[in-house]
Amino acid sequence: MNDRPLSRRDQAVEDLYAEAGHWEVNTGGETIHAKRIPGRWRTIKWWSATVWLIFFFGPYLRWEGRQAVLFDIPNRQYHIFGATVLPQDFWMLSLLLLFFAILLAVTTALAGRVWCGFFCFQTVWTDVFTWIEEKLEGQPPARRKLDKAPWTFRKLRIKLIKHFLWLLIGFATGFAFVSWFVDAPTLWATFFTGEAAIPVYVTVALFTAGTYGLAGWLREQTCFWLCPYARIQGVMMDRTTLVPTYDFRRGEPRGRIKKGQKTQNTGDCIDCKQCVAVCPTGIDIRHGQQEGCITCALCIDACDAVMEKIGRPKGLIRYASLDELEGKPVKPMLLRPRVWVYLLILIAALSGIVYGLTSLDPIQLKILHERAPLFVTLSDGSIQNKYTLKILNKLNEDLSLRISASGPEPLELIGADQPVQAQHGFVSPAIVFVKVPREALHGERTPILFRVEGTRSDGQPVSTQRESVFFGPRY
Amino acid sequence: MAENNPFPGENNTGHVWDDNLRELNNPPPRWWMIAFWASIIWWIVYGLLYPMWPMPYQPAEGKGYTQGFLGWSQMKEYEESLAQLEAVRAQYEERIRNLTPAEILQDPGLKQYTLASAKVLFGDNCSACHGSGGQGNPGFPVLADDDWLYGGTLAKIQESITNGRKGVMPAHKSTLSPEEIDRLARFVTNLSQGKATEAGWALFRAKGCIACHGPKADGVLSRLPNGDIITVGAANLTDGIWRFEPGGYESAKYTITYGVNQPGVEGTRNAVMPAFGKTGKLDEQSIKKLVVYVHELGGGQ
Repeated sequence: MNDRPLSRRDQAVEDLYAEAGHWEVNTGGETIHAKRIPGRWRTIKWWSATVWLIFFFGPYLRWEGRQAVLFDIPNRQYHIFGATVLPQDFWMLSLLLLFFAILLAVTTALAGRVWCGFFCFQTVWTDVFTWIEEKLEGQPPARRKLDKAPWTFRKLRIKLIKHFLWLLIGFATGFAFVSWFVDAPTLWATFFTGEAAIPVYVTVALFTAGTYGLAGWLREQTCFWLCPYARIQGVMMDRTTLVPTYDFRRGEPRGRIKKGQKTQNTGDCIDCKQCVAVCPTGIDIRHGQQEGCITCALCIDACDAVMEKIGRPKGLIRYASLDELEGKPVKPMLLRPRVWVYLLILIAALSGIVYGLTSLDPIQLKILHERAPLFVTLSDGSIQNKYTLKILNKLNEDLSLRISASGPEPLELIGADQPVQAQHGFVSPAIVFVKVPREALHGERTPILFRVEGTRSDGQPVSTQRESVFFGPRY
Repeated sequence: MAENNPFPGENNTGHVWDDNLRELNNPPPRWWMIAFWASIIWWIVYGLLYPMWPMPYQPAEGKGYTQGFLGWSQMKEYEESLAQLEAVRAQYEERIRNLTPAEILQDPGLKQYTLASAKVLFGDNCSACHGSGGQGNPGFPVLADDDWLYGGTLAKIQESITNGRKGVMPAHKSTLSPEEIDRLARFVTNLSQGKATEAGWALFRAKGCIACHGPKADGVLSRLPNGDIITVGAANLTDGIWRFEPGGYESAKYTITYGVNQPGVEGTRNAVMPAFGKTGKLDEQSIKKLVVYVHELGGGQ
């Protein structure tokens, strides 16, 4: 090294390379064995993961003699407790999707990738898989050693048990998934005797392989390179979003504590790298917010534990916004317009769903007016229109429905003397004709009201009506 | 190269240009390579199992490509699905074969199937003249109304489709004077509006119109005790529905002058319904379905 001052170009190159040291691209070349330590956020994480118990045990809830929530695709009926939703009511699904999309947006804007860190199946399943790994193979150093060790009977035994358990969880996942679409007790009765439908086996197989591959092998690589939501959520954060953050003002310049050191001449960060050790995606939170951070907050636990040991205040890594960190004024949550807009959309979507679920008609009537011809003149001079009534019976029982019509008087309804047998869960068509004397018509279009009514087996009346138009000649 | 590598220990390939541009050796991640090779294996296996490679045309097989070990082809799949569909249809078709049109109408499910099935037949064979919904076309009768030249019962409709129809009306331009034609045209126009005069009736009878149009001018020659009518297919002149567009005085005058289907008469009305059954264009089953369909268009009797 000579003593000449660095040229500007060399200085720039030097800076770039200094920064490049921080930008490690994790492409999964090395398995990340994260350290597990107890802590506040660790506990919260386990509790949030229990949400997925609903996924496993939800299908066994019963309601009025059938599965409480069953997405019966072959019969195109979706049972949600008391309500039966048919494809005709699917506009509600779009509202439901909107609701969850905005819920994701609002939580991400407020507190970062909460979904990724605490609820996402990838995170939760990986967490469980690595927990099993730890129970079988030991702490991270032991695991790394085992991975490198030559194949022995012991290694083979451990690995076999681990992969068997992983596959078992994968299978349970697939089986639970299918249980939402096929009656669960029937599934249990048919699956293991080979009597279940082929798509059932294919789905379970795909889920087993998918769970095993994604949570066992790909792990954080899924979040880095496969998951679109990871990237989308990243852009939904702003300067006011609360995320696990390293307080660089307090921490820098970082430096190791020497034995017997009394005075502190560095920042609070003692460069112990515990935050890196516990990170399930293998990043260093001290580089700031980055794509690999799923905001699981495990580094907060790690840092707090260290700070406690060395007697420095906790919260060197904590939930904080960029504004807070840079000493800018922090707006209260409710004063941010973004929060209000998101909340309004949430409320709108939710009220739409509530309206939809409470106003589900037991029968639905659609009327197709014959277009060719719009009307027909009969020999006696009267005008006849043809209508196809499509009656959808959303109940769980077949109905016998009578059709009536009111409109231009006197009208004669032809083809409706027999009640329509409306099979449940299906659309039953009925063709009727309406005949009106020409003198009774006072325009090309006259409104006409069709009504279908019947009685349920428990004696409760059901009816619905719909307006259509009666066409006549031009005057 | 390696001995004078200006950037040793950096994982570069030793290729350096312009002082410091060098090629680094960063292989793709292993999972990526696994996926890459897996997709190549997939491609090979797919090529073995399914038709994929072009080959010289084999006249014996009628194909110019490898067959694949599974023997799968789009045509086979299509034929299988078609067979499935036919199996579903067969149960209905079998019942239709054994029932009369009247019996089909008694069974709501079968009626629904027949109407849906006949809609296609109607579109292919009938709608060119009678319109997509039986609304008729200029010169071609409306099938959705209750005015029938040859009767609107199931049996009569079946007869019309099977044997066809050809209306006949003599041209009167040489047998009647223009003045008589004019008076008759006015008479039938008034008749359709319920304002016929006695003088008109007298001329109508005297000129022999009743021979075909019937004593009441309603196209019926006589009624049988069972309700059937005897007709030669002459139009009912008493109602407001006209056989030839646009209807009314001018139309009536034209028809009386030039007649219907008169050979050698220039400008004669053309009114022919092909025989769909006799010519073998439609089989009995299809005609049976069409009878039900036409009967249900709105004017069946």
